[in-house]
Amino acid sequence: MNPAGFPEQARRAWAIAKKDIRIYYFKGPVLIFGIFMPVFLFLAFFMGSRQLPLSFLISGLIGMTLFFTATAVSPAIFPWEGSARTLERLASCPITIEAIVLGDMIASLLFGIGITVVTVIIGLALGLSLLHGITLLAAIFLAACCFSAIGMLLAVPPTNVPSNIMMLSSLLKFPLVFISGIFVPLEQMPAWGLVLAVCSPLTYFTDLVRYSFTDAHYFPVLLDLAVLAAFMLVFTVVTMVLHKRTMPRRM
Amino acid sequence: MPGVIEVQDLTKRYGSTTAVDHIKFRVEEGEIFGFLGPNGAGKTTTVRMLTGVIPMDEGSATILGHDIHTEPVQAKQRIGVVPETSNAYTDLTAWQNLMLMGELYGLDDTRAAGRARKLLDVLGLLEKRDQKVQAYSKGMKQRLLLAMALLHEPELLFLDEPTGGLDVQSTQMILGMLRDLNTGGTTIFLTTHNMDEANRLCHRVGIIRSGKMVAIDAPEKLKTAIDRVHMIEVSFDREVPGDALSGHAGILSVTRSGDKWRITADEQDAAIRSLVALSREWGAAIVTMSTLAPSLDEAFLRLTREAEP
Repeated sequence: MNPAGFPEQARRAWAIAKKDIRIYYFKGPVLIFGIFMPVFLFLAFFMGSRQLPLSFLISGLIGMTLFFTATAVSPAIFPWEGSARTLERLASCPITIEAIVLGDMIASLLFGIGITVVTVIIGLALGLSLLHGITLLAAIFLAACCFSAIGMLLAVPPTNVPSNIMMLSSLLKFPLVFISGIFVPLEQMPAWGLVLAVCSPLTYFTDLVRYSFTDAHYFPVLLDLAVLAAFMLVFTVVTMVLHKRTMPRRM
Repeated sequence: MPGVIEVQDLTKRYGSTTAVDHIKFRVEEGEIFGFLGPNGAGKTTTVRMLTGVIPMDEGSATILGHDIHTEPVQAKQRIGVVPETSNAYTDLTAWQNLMLMGELYGLDDTRAAGRARKLLDVLGLLEKRDQKVQAYSKGMKQRLLLAMALLHEPELLFLDEPTGGLDVQSTQMILGMLRDLNTGGTTIFLTTHNMDEANRLCHRVGIIRSGKMVAIDAPEKLKTAIDRVHMIEVSFDREVPGDALSGHAGILSVTRSGDKWRITADEQDAAIRSLVALSREWGAAIVTMSTLAPSLDEAFLRLTREAEP
């Protein structure tokens, strides 16, 4: 057994993910936040935007659900563990920082996918028909990876005060929802809005979800998938590099 | 033959403060090495560098042949760490904490469960294994930390103040276990404030003061090395005059202390030999003889005081 080899580190990352799910995700308030937050946002816009079709809003709800759930807990895990000194325990174990980050990302993406599947089922129950199932699955997987990497990226500042990180996280997450074509279709956006929209990975995921349910899309489907994959890779690499740099300052 | 721990010019700075300043030492296989020093001397910082928790700024440290900077995972795989403050997951049970450690050290489930059961039994925690750690007492948490550090049967164990603030029962249980582990071949690196503990347990101790190593030796040698003048107390079964005692090899001065003579000696061995020869010469049997070496506490205080800038 080579403890530093990829298979062994991947196994240990899975142990981190299981620990995260048990400690941080299987908590009533987290589950309730993950489900109710997007639903309430959706209802607010559903009431205020009666001219938009249900299929459009449900696609947006799915986009929001995955984005909020995949980034809900992960930014606060390092600060929590730093203040509880459990991060020091992990740092003294034979696991790399990259594997710890990967483990946190796995937990976050599994939580995001799980809650999003529930939202998809709600959409189907409300009468939407799924036209491109495989595309939706691929989009959910890529976006979940991408959003969980964003969640971990938000945790990079080496503070052990979770509220600091959650405030920063909210400051970045909410504007992203409004520029990603969830409540305003990309076709109706002004030019400056579109410039912002193309910078958000959530835009491409929402476009793919709309394509999966309505066959309509703004960008070519393959481009959506490619950009989402590129965002995922960039965010994953950047978050791992930055965490490696900042981790010693948490100890 | 390389040492289990080899440290060269190890240095750590926090801003303008040098917490650990170019220290050098070596720990041999099978040793219990005590690392002593006053609060803020750099003990915990050194342990954290040696266990790969924080990076060093200068120097090198090799753990079981692996450079902790370039091969941290390989080094950590073979060591166990009991930190100063409890860092088990309080939302998990003792059993879940141990199974997590098993996975992080690459143990298969069967081996991890077997080791966990055995360690919890030895440390008196088996009945509470399904209780969340947040309900544990300080002593129970400390015993659990030891179990977590020992699950993968490490060759080298780092302990940072393992008995600090514990009751007598938990302290004795932990110290007894450390002795057994050492007898079984585990090398132990122990930081402690407890001089009595270090004196009874350690083969060698290193003393650090303001980030610098001021002494490394066996406890007994350290105690005697700090005083060039030794004290011996002797009593005989019949009167021996003080004049007869003074002026012999190794003896500097003689003073009466009750029914005993207190001898100041520059060479302890020569003085004892002289006293034995004198007892024969005067036909007086030695009733008691004791050497009054300074305690490790005194040695520690003297060494750390001398090192003050």
